[in-house]
Amino acid sequence: MQSETKSRVDQVTSPAGHPVSVLRFEGDIASTSKDAVLGAYQGLPKETTKLILLDFTKVDYINSSGIALVIQLLMEAANSAQKIYAFGLSAHFTKVFTMVGITKYAGLFPSQADALAAI
Amino acid sequence: MSEFKSTSVEVRLPSRMGFEKVAMSTAAAVAKLMGFREDRVEDLKTAVAEACINAIEHGNRMNEKLSVGVVLSAGADSLEVKVIDDGKGMRTRPTTPDIDRKMHGEEDPRGMGMFLIQALVDEAEWVAGSNGRSSYVRLVIRLDKDA
Repeated sequence: MQSETKSRVDQVTSPAGHPVSVLRFEGDIASTSKDAVLGAYQGLPKETTKLILLDFTKVDYINSSGIALVIQLLMEAANSAQKIYAFGLSAHFTKVFTMVGITKYAGLFPSQADALAAI
Repeated sequence: MSEFKSTSVEVRLPSRMGFEKVAMSTAAAVAKLMGFREDRVEDLKTAVAEACINAIEHGNRMNEKLSVGVVLSAGADSLEVKVIDDGKGMRTRPTTPDIDRKMHGEEDPRGMGMFLIQALVDEAEWVAGSNGRSSYVRLVIRLDKDA
């Protein structure tokens, strides 16, 4: 019933010349999304990946279990001295992420270009 | 729909994750018919989804022989949603998540459902059913005609 979460990784360069990994999600982010969210993140080499963008442009539904997965990702990233930014959230989920405090640990931006410009 | 007549809609869900989206879509459809703004519809969708997830996971303990009842009562100025399960009711009250404690592993990253429900609707109450069954959460979201 829950739509399968898909994820893929793109490598881009910020306008300032920094290498950035972009984790792109598609579908629902819920309790069944552990592999797509944490698994995809954990597949990135920690030694060389220091800047990560989370792309929620193609995500329609995020529930509290999905938010918990994002928080777990942020915890692991903080322990590996990686910086996380996110973009493409709807106005509603931007509000929800702000309410639960995620904005303290991940910058939220409207678009990939906005996020990259801030890096 | 300039003059909305009071009405009710009922949905019965299996206790299986993912079916909260059926209740979410139904609640959104009713709210749109009533004239709720899009941002309030989104608030309601998340609150209803979280209430159903709690009912499936904690109330009915994922027992697919049990169902979750969702009763939407539309009035002139507000929409009430009751999400009913066969559990004993929530013993905890909503608490504001502490992101710093979560990030330091001192608080479970999960457990934000009740907080989101309470934060996104105008009224939320958790009622334990008599004989330890038929507990429900009752949500109310009001039409803000001035906004």
